[in-house]
Amino acid sequence: MRHRQVIAVLALAGLFVALYLYLYKIGVYGELKCGSGGCETVQASPYAMLLGQPVALYGVLGYAALFAICMVGLHPRLTAQRWPTTVLAVLATLGFAFTAYLTSLEMFVIHAWCRWCLGSAAIITLIWFVALPAALRSRRPRTGS
Amino acid sequence: MKRFYLLLGALVIVGGALLYVAGKSKGGSISAMTDVPPANDGFKGYALGSDSAPVEVVEYVDYECPICAIFATVQFPTIKEQLIATGKVRWRIRDYPLRITAHPNARYAALAAECAGEQGKFWPMADSLFNHHNWAQTGQDVSGLFRGFAQGAGVDPAKYDACMQGQRYAGRIAASYQEGEQRGVNGTPTFFVNNRPYPGRATSDGFKGYVDTLLAARTTRR
Repeated sequence: MRHRQVIAVLALAGLFVALYLYLYKIGVYGELKCGSGGCETVQASPYAMLLGQPVALYGVLGYAALFAICMVGLHPRLTAQRWPTTVLAVLATLGFAFTAYLTSLEMFVIHAWCRWCLGSAAIITLIWFVALPAALRSRRPRTGS
Repeated sequence: MKRFYLLLGALVIVGGALLYVAGKSKGGSISAMTDVPPANDGFKGYALGSDSAPVEVVEYVDYECPICAIFATVQFPTIKEQLIATGKVRWRIRDYPLRITAHPNARYAALAAECAGEQGKFWPMADSLFNHHNWAQTGQDVSGLFRGFAQGAGVDPAKYDACMQGQRYAGRIAASYQEGEQRGVNGTPTFFVNNRPYPGRATSDGFKGYVDTLLAARTTRR
């Protein structure tokens, strides 16, 4: 169950990054500690909103869901269950695909880099790298006695 | 397992502390705005539409006002399409930042729009202020957020910063406010059509009906 622990730690770190971006976006923080100004350019672009809500909010919800599933999956009664691993892999894949889309927007459309967004992209990529192999392993039939 | 929960606990403490510290360090927009006497520099507000349009609408606006934001985002796009783009109406914006505690950033927002306007980006800046209106619900410092809006609008950030720090147009905003008071404005948005208070509803249909009536009367008189 080591992979669930690793994902839980990563998801919690990602949750703080997404929360920071979300609180900035709704005006709780006056400025982003970014260093380059690129964060504010990205956050002020129309692509920082999706379906009327800041994109960072989807990050907050996504990381919160990943963290919650990990914690549930670490309960002694559920450690042998396969479904938390499968759900984690599905969520991580969706998050990774969404992040890849957002990063491509930064690169090709907005032409600015938000370091916090890149940090979040690195975290969800790591989660995906842990979650996917774990899900594939869990689907293999167990051999031996 | 114990080490795992210790690690989670440490992460929660560190992450929470960082978010708290980030919330404490503010850029100082509200306190940076000082009272400046009205300075009428002859500027009559940013206008959209043809100089030869037969009808001019003047809108007194407060960027922190939610009704102004709803009007700007819901009604104004249709007005632009039906009345401004067709050459019937020229739309002029005048600042009227309400002096109420619920709108602590209204003057700062007006200043941000003016500073973007100085670089030819008034309209995209005004759009950003209204389209991302969540800032108006928190009453927190917005300096970095507005700076981001300005950069997104294509403004040179160094010139923008100099304009904001020097409150270059604070006197102009105060003069616009004073003008509004003299005309009887007591809330936002308030509209004047060809220098007369607009009697209709603040909707695209309301304006279209009123403008069409004015234009029809004009045609009949000829």
